[in-house]
Amino acid sequence: MQNSLFLLLRRLRTPLVLLILVYAIAVLGLVLIPGVDAQGRPWHVSFFHAFYIVSYTATTIGFGELPYAFTDAQRMWLTATIYASVVVWLYAIGALLAAAQDPAFRAIRVENAFTRAVRRIREPFYLVCGYGDTGALLVRALADSGIRAVVLDRDAERIAALELEELPMAIPGLRGDASQPATLLRAGLAHPHCQGVIALTDRDEVNLKVAITSKLLRPNLPTICRADTQDVADNMASFGTDHIINAFDTFAGRLAMALHSPGMYLLYEWMTAAPHEPLREPIFPPVGRWILCGYGRFGKAVHARLVREGVVATVVEADPVRTQPPPGSVVGRGTEAVTLEEAHVREAVGIVAGTDNDANNLSIIMTARELNPGLFMVARQNETQNDALFRAARLDLLMQRSSVIAHKIFALLTTPLLTEFLDLARRQGNDWANQLVSRLGGIVGDEAPETWGLTISATEAPALYAGLGEGQTVSVGDLWRDPRNREERLPGIALLLKRGELEILVPDEATPLQQGDQLLLAGRVEARRQLSWIARNHNSFTYLVTGRESAAGWLWEKLVRRPGPTP
Amino acid sequence: MNLEKVVFAFFIVLALTLNFGFYVGEIDNPAHHSIYELYAALVVSLIATVLKLGDRTHLGAVLLATSLVADLQLIAAAIVWAYAEHVAGGLTSHLMTAIVSLSGGALLANLTSVVLFIAETLSIRR
Repeated sequence: MQNSLFLLLRRLRTPLVLLILVYAIAVLGLVLIPGVDAQGRPWHVSFFHAFYIVSYTATTIGFGELPYAFTDAQRMWLTATIYASVVVWLYAIGALLAAAQDPAFRAIRVENAFTRAVRRIREPFYLVCGYGDTGALLVRALADSGIRAVVLDRDAERIAALELEELPMAIPGLRGDASQPATLLRAGLAHPHCQGVIALTDRDEVNLKVAITSKLLRPNLPTICRADTQDVADNMASFGTDHIINAFDTFAGRLAMALHSPGMYLLYEWMTAAPHEPLREPIFPPVGRWILCGYGRFGKAVHARLVREGVVATVVEADPVRTQPPPGSVVGRGTEAVTLEEAHVREAVGIVAGTDNDANNLSIIMTARELNPGLFMVARQNETQNDALFRAARLDLLMQRSSVIAHKIFALLTTPLLTEFLDLARRQGNDWANQLVSRLGGIVGDEAPETWGLTISATEAPALYAGLGEGQTVSVGDLWRDPRNREERLPGIALLLKRGELEILVPDEATPLQQGDQLLLAGRVEARRQLSWIARNHNSFTYLVTGRESAAGWLWEKLVRRPGPTP
Repeated sequence: MNLEKVVFAFFIVLALTLNFGFYVGEIDNPAHHSIYELYAALVVSLIATVLKLGDRTHLGAVLLATSLVADLQLIAAAIVWAYAEHVAGGLTSHLMTAIVSLSGGALLANLTSVVLFIAETLSIRR
């Protein structure tokens, strides 16, 4: 604020001094030159009149010769005044506009506006560094569920994209280098409402610097970082970064999961979906030999996981010297029929187009389809802008890296219990996941299920907490009673019950609840709304648990109680 | 030698001296106070203000403030004079007193500027 004003004033010094000088000389001249009044008597223009005349002359308003017609000497002086003053005015206005248009001045103004917007935030927000595909998806998912974010990116175009994005709330964004502590502080790292820092830039050293800065300046602030290489990930872990996400590893893990345990994959996808996303259809990958095109960082991660699960895969790689694919691999891009034939595409059951080039991936899919139309087609999509192409390619499974990572982080931020649930679920096997998915599928409609956490504490669920304290027995199933009619059931499932160290996966409906329990629930959006009644409203709680409508007022309570001291 | 300092010192000292010249004399006697001197004091004071614009030091900010005070006082005096001559129908001794005392206020502000400036100058040992 201060800076921009001072910069502007400094630039305007010369034009302002010139303006004052021209006015001063013009006014003085007009006062000194004698004139004549209507009767021909000598007359001098007063300072007031002179200032008035120069003012309307300099601004080219031109009221005429006031109060008496001028003498020729006065006219000569005014002629000079007109040229001098109009030119100086134009110069001053030009200088003002030039100073306001100056890139340095505009940059300062943009920064100041951003700082003010961040300072004015009065609700919890997350600081997101890097607004690429992943960052954009994450910010949108957060905004859709009413959580604010502040965005930093070093690319001006991405910040412009953020401004054009139609988000339900104003998200301040700044073009800046996130690796500089000053920029992070400007973006609200020290803000009391900052809930966490998420570093998603495509450069490891920047993410590392963000993690260090945030852990040093705000040690208790949760920090989630993307790391593309293992040594950077280890480095981040060494000073306590809360969650480190290796994009390739996470992404490859999800793809491998889709191939060997599709039920578990579906459970993951549903649980970590953004609000109001359409439900993903179940997939049925065939059993047999697969072809894996591309053996870069991603391909390696996928191959390792497939081998671990006992899936046979033939690798197709264009640059075997650099990437060192396993023996028996085929050399080539996979975009030509010859290479695919060499990999025995006609006998394979499925193909994974996993190179880092979207055009090549699409080409692999189209070539493979011509050779063997029955193949199960999986493609990796690298850039969001190619959405339309990949949709048109009618793939059996599309893996978007940005979406996998963004959803994972979104789930971490909004429902911390979900991570524990998914970790536990993974040990259960595909059949268990299939059962749970079919149960969930029966409950939720076309949209992804809403997942949320509920802690039975005095602040989060006062009615439930108090009721349990009074000795009422409430089971997990009671939570799902409809407050409009307790005999009806709300559409939802309790996925996890956490009691201290004890974790019960998909607890039985009859399990009694205790104070301090943490629950992970999934269901439709309206079930979440209705469920908050039993948690927060004492009367609803009594009705739902006992079936009695309790008296809401003190007087009515007295009246109801009077009929008798029952033994 | 810093040319900027020379120019600035020239203007604030000139503003003070002109202001003083206008101020001296019987307070209610128009014959003792020249309108040209008031005019010159006002113009010089305005220029001194603009010269201080954009100085980000603490002293610069204080000098800008005192300079603005002097401007306001002198502009008020000029407006009262114009009102007396053209609206009220003549310089009464009461209005003259108002004009001169306003310029007296400006004199104090200008004096503060000069004192501050001298203090700053003395603190520089080169």
